[in-house]
Amino acid sequence: MITLTVNGQTHSLDLEPEMPLLWALRDELGLTGTKFGCGIGQCGACMVLMNGAALRSCLISLADVGNSPITTIEGLAPPGGEPGSHPVQRAWIEHDVPQCGYCQSGQILAAVSLLNWAPDPSDQQIDAAMGNICRCGTYPRIRAAIQRAAALARG
Amino acid sequence: MTTIALPRRRFLAVALTASGGLAVGFGRRARAARTLRRASPSPWSEPAPGVELGAWLVIDADDSVLIRVSKSEMGQGIFTALPMIVAEELGCAWSAVRAEYASANRNRRERDVYGRMGTGGSTSVRTLHFALQRVGASARARLVAAAAEIWGVPASTLKVENGAVFHPPTGRSIRFGPLAASAAAITLPREPRIKTPAEYTLIGKPLPRLDAPVKVTGAARFGIDARLPGMLYAALALPPVLGARALHFDAAAILSRRGIKAVVPVPGGLAVIADSFWRAKEAAVVLPVTWSEGAAGFNTAALRARYRAALDGHTATALSRGDPASAIASAPAKLEALYEVPYLAHAPMEPLNCTAHVQADRADVWIGTQNPDLALLWAARASGLPPAKIHIHNAYLGGGFGRRGTNDELPQAIAASKAVGAPVKLVWTRENDIRADRFRPQAAIRMHAGLDHSGLPLAWEMLAAVDSIDASLFGYHPTAGYEQQAVEGLTDTAYAVPHLRVGCALQQTPAPVMFWRSVGYSQNAFAVESFIDEMAHAAAADALAFRRRLLAHRPDYLHLLDVLARAGDWGKPLPPGRGRGLALSESHDTIVGEIAEVAVSPAGTIRVERVIVAVDCGHTVNPHILATQMESAVVYGLTAALYGEITIEKGRVAQGNFDTYPMLRMADCPRIETHLALSGGSKWGGIGEPAVPPAAPALCNAIFAATGRRIRALPLSKASLGGRA
Repeated sequence: MITLTVNGQTHSLDLEPEMPLLWALRDELGLTGTKFGCGIGQCGACMVLMNGAALRSCLISLADVGNSPITTIEGLAPPGGEPGSHPVQRAWIEHDVPQCGYCQSGQILAAVSLLNWAPDPSDQQIDAAMGNICRCGTYPRIRAAIQRAAALARG
Repeated sequence: MTTIALPRRRFLAVALTASGGLAVGFGRRARAARTLRRASPSPWSEPAPGVELGAWLVIDADDSVLIRVSKSEMGQGIFTALPMIVAEELGCAWSAVRAEYASANRNRRERDVYGRMGTGGSTSVRTLHFALQRVGASARARLVAAAAEIWGVPASTLKVENGAVFHPPTGRSIRFGPLAASAAAITLPREPRIKTPAEYTLIGKPLPRLDAPVKVTGAARFGIDARLPGMLYAALALPPVLGARALHFDAAAILSRRGIKAVVPVPGGLAVIADSFWRAKEAAVVLPVTWSEGAAGFNTAALRARYRAALDGHTATALSRGDPASAIASAPAKLEALYEVPYLAHAPMEPLNCTAHVQADRADVWIGTQNPDLALLWAARASGLPPAKIHIHNAYLGGGFGRRGTNDELPQAIAASKAVGAPVKLVWTRENDIRADRFRPQAAIRMHAGLDHSGLPLAWEMLAAVDSIDASLFGYHPTAGYEQQAVEGLTDTAYAVPHLRVGCALQQTPAPVMFWRSVGYSQNAFAVESFIDEMAHAAAADALAFRRRLLAHRPDYLHLLDVLARAGDWGKPLPPGRGRGLALSESHDTIVGEIAEVAVSPAGTIRVERVIVAVDCGHTVNPHILATQMESAVVYGLTAALYGEITIEKGRVAQGNFDTYPMLRMADCPRIETHLALSGGSKWGGIGEPAVPPAAPALCNAIFAATGRRIRALPLSKASLGGRA
């Protein structure tokens, strides 16, 4: 049995240890906010947080996740908060970032991870940390939303 | 004058039962405590409480207004823009509006009550705005008539504002919610007039998208997110070579793996069905299959020579004006250039997928499709059920760009579900998506001009050798020898040229081709706008001034060029290694001009610093969405120009994922600014596609300005720009 802690809940799952985390989240736990885009760690649509750092869930196996707590887009809002109430999500809504929206869970979690280690990121830090693909070209809005989220987090 | 279909007493009773709000009286509106979900997470499955005022509109007792959207939301914003058009005329509070997809099944049952539901060609606002304005205006007039009937006053004395009807002389008012049922029963003797643009209060406002909140919480349901009880998953084993088919496969070799249920032949390949997509996908890779040879002799490397040769042979005349051949022959100067573009993949972020549940008496399909009404017919054909038994549940599309206009994934999922007698979610991998795409055609376009003494074109011959989409997609071979998408952007050029000929040599190869965001304009604008730049350079003229001389008869273009030049600092000096390039394109009833500013390092590395966009789509429903579509299209166009190329060797598509088919990312994304140059009038131009075509030529013209190197073949990743002095 695999033990997996996601969004504060611990699950006991009869799954192969080599199954990538992505498929356990989507198909076994029904957390479909985490998206499949490429399967080879290129696009970042599958990003989740592990110990506060963004991680491509299509590449990491359940065995490698181990007991590390995972946060998906569904679990991003602070405990007791409305869905979408995390500062990064609020900034995303203020800047009306999504178009098709498919990559945005991953983009948001990449931004959360960036802001965890660089609370006031420079453009160069944003460039370096935000490598996820958006086929709709929302990059300029993402950049603005990250700067806004940094301001919101400062209060 | 109104006709009320119900006797008055019954009509009031209906109003009472349907409203709920009446129980607490008109004055004390119990404003709904629940948070209004502006766009539902699952756009396919909301049963709507409330009263329908026609198929497009439902008003609930709490005054919330559900507006049905007959087009597909794939990022371009119609889930917000189309409801704005209805709400503008209806007079409801925008905060009361929510959006949901119209049902393709109902469209079928009720004889095209929503019209054509296909989304493509940047047509949604263009073709629907008038119908939707009338939907809103008609509903408002019926709500007014219902209030007039209740109060016994003339409808002409009533006003509508913020979702309520007012009688100013007495100060009375009724909210839409309690009025809806009686309004629904009213038939107007004459439909009301719609607003003039000066009266708009919503249209033209940069309102936020209705679907943004569900797209930042992970709640938005895309096709790939469908989940049904007892659902199985399918992954594809597709032929490695174009046109090959499975001759033999050994299902037994994988059936012992955990969770594997079956291997089912489906159109285009084999589906491995399992209790988990990952298990299915892993098994599909190792499934032993013997494939037929297919187009093993097909190499795109040989196509460039073939397309060039086609331009030397007979070309079908798509347009002929004057006598270009002799005008070129006798012109004081001549200019010729050849432009070439490769096959491109669409690569929407959400890989193609479809969930089908085929039962004895009905079939349900969950999919993100650009064509729900055609999907219904495709599902009927694939399942053998009559169209009335098919239920298409359209989802948010994780990108479309033309790819989701033909749902190759749909008959595959139907076949899989039929074979195993369970709901099946079939998902393409990214490798399936790239290798089994229907590509943007490859093309060679030769420009030949006869120039007058000032360097302006007297005569222009444009020849295009390009894959036929009609032949590839529809099996239709145009008898005229050309098709619209092969020559669009050429035959409709706005430049005043006395003698013009557009010739076309349609090509067919084993590579399937289809519509790709902006279609023929994507390659033809590259050729036209690069060549204009070459003519301007040959004439030692400023590229913008040169265009102005050829567009003197078009005040809309001239105004747009003024806006663009000012915003884009045209003519201002730049340091060495930097350059600005200009390009124009008119498509889908919209003119877009772009100025790209690039920096090219001595080693040849290109950096696009900024792109200035000027756009004339006549009217804009939502300037915020307009700006985001300009940004989106610029990124899409630059991605293709910089990196996009599908190559095929021995019938095998060489690219397979984002490592070999790269995308523009944040670090390479320029600053993009949009400036409006709206001409108003009767034009409601499309906005999803028209900013794609100018991106590549603006970029290449900027590179020429920076380096003196003319790029005539895309992508730029294949051009060597290093080693400059």
